[in-house]
Amino acid sequence: MLLAEGLHHAFGRVVALDGVSFSLAPGQTLAIFGPNGAGKTTLLKVLAGLINPQAGSARVDGGRRAIGWIGHQSHLYGHLTVRENLLFWGSLYGLSAARRAARAAEVLARLDMSDRAGEPVWSLSRGLLQRAAIAKALLHDPAVLLLDEPFTGLDLAAAGQLRVLLGELHDGGRMMVLATHNVDEGAELATDVAFQRRGRFVHFAPRGTRSAAEIAAAYRRAMADG
Amino acid sequence: MAELLRQAWAVARKDLLLEFRTRTAIVSAVVFTALVLTVFNFGRDPTAVSALDLAPTILWVTFTFAAMLALNRAFQLELENQALEGLLVSPLSRTSLYWGKLLANLAFVAVVESVGLPLFVLFFNVPVGRVLLPLVAVIALATVGFVAVGTLFSALVIRTRFAELLLVVLLLPFLVRPLIGAVQVTARLFGDRPLSEAVGYLKLLAAYDIVFVSLASFLFRFTVDE
Repeated sequence: MLLAEGLHHAFGRVVALDGVSFSLAPGQTLAIFGPNGAGKTTLLKVLAGLINPQAGSARVDGGRRAIGWIGHQSHLYGHLTVRENLLFWGSLYGLSAARRAARAAEVLARLDMSDRAGEPVWSLSRGLLQRAAIAKALLHDPAVLLLDEPFTGLDLAAAGQLRVLLGELHDGGRMMVLATHNVDEGAELATDVAFQRRGRFVHFAPRGTRSAAEIAAAYRRAMADG
Repeated sequence: MAELLRQAWAVARKDLLLEFRTRTAIVSAVVFTALVLTVFNFGRDPTAVSALDLAPTILWVTFTFAAMLALNRAFQLELENQALEGLLVSPLSRTSLYWGKLLANLAFVAVVESVGLPLFVLFFNVPVGRVLLPLVAVIALATVGFVAVGTLFSALVIRTRFAELLLVVLLLPFLVRPLIGAVQVTARLFGDRPLSEAVGYLKLLAAYDIVFVSLASFLFRFTVDE
């Protein structure tokens, strides 16, 4: 269970979160759409425990161990190999040496990166780097995935691969919160949709039977309205 | 406690592995140490002040500035691909992160000092053979205090512009007291004075270590959390 209640946070006079509340159960994926500066990243950082909100609270069952983070930065060390990075991060999540080696091999195989495991991260292309970052996020088998503009910088093929992978993860019963400014990228994955503007959810509803095009039209209307 | 130490070791091991891969900072610090000692060696008038009188000051000025190079790199490693954000999202405790960085920095500075000390003996012809063990003990005692404070400040300044300059400006005032103590004890060792004369300074160094390792362990979380 992921629960956010009355979240409020401001940076000086700029309000990043203004009364945001929602809850997610296993199998739900919330796609948050909003323009740059709407407060999407702040919301994810609050959910991840990176920022303490000035009001309200956020709770993820299982705490930090239950969270996987995929952003537009990989969090990987350039001069370590992909495998060394995964083993390091696995140790921080409390996986035993044998377990993290097995999980590293498993997630790399799943992401079709087994042949790249021994390569230093600095030598990877943007698309491969993003896949390595996803491997790192999945290593400890998190119940909640927080995705902050995960498609940024990916070419069409890599973005397509990522969409397929996220679809598989969604089908696996994880909770996911995806924040992006690009409606076309995230709408198909969502079970719930929110439009965020100036820190507020101006729209929050189950996706239902709406198509990605209908959600995109609703988003444009919501942004134009106010 | 075991978990805290295990995570700290994982961070330290990762930092040392990264340094071993690149060797940039360690080579820079060792070359810097050799250059400073060379400048002092040729920049002094041997007829005005004897080498033995100047030696303790030169030793500690050299070690202090070489340590700054090590401390500067401690959190710069975490800026690559915003790895620091990943560390803060993970279950890694802030205290473990601090202790891991402290351990890695101590190892780094110890390597620089172990290269610098023979060079110092070579340049200044100081007979350290008889006092080698107590000298190493004093170096270790003072280094722990330097690095404890420096690790805290390097985390504090890492998100600022001119972090390298700011670290020096913030750190040096805090190093004056242990620097005085270390120079005084070293002078007595080189002058074949009984160690009982330096007991007060040794207590000062030990107290500094205890106070600042404890204080920095507590305050560290406030430097990295947003």
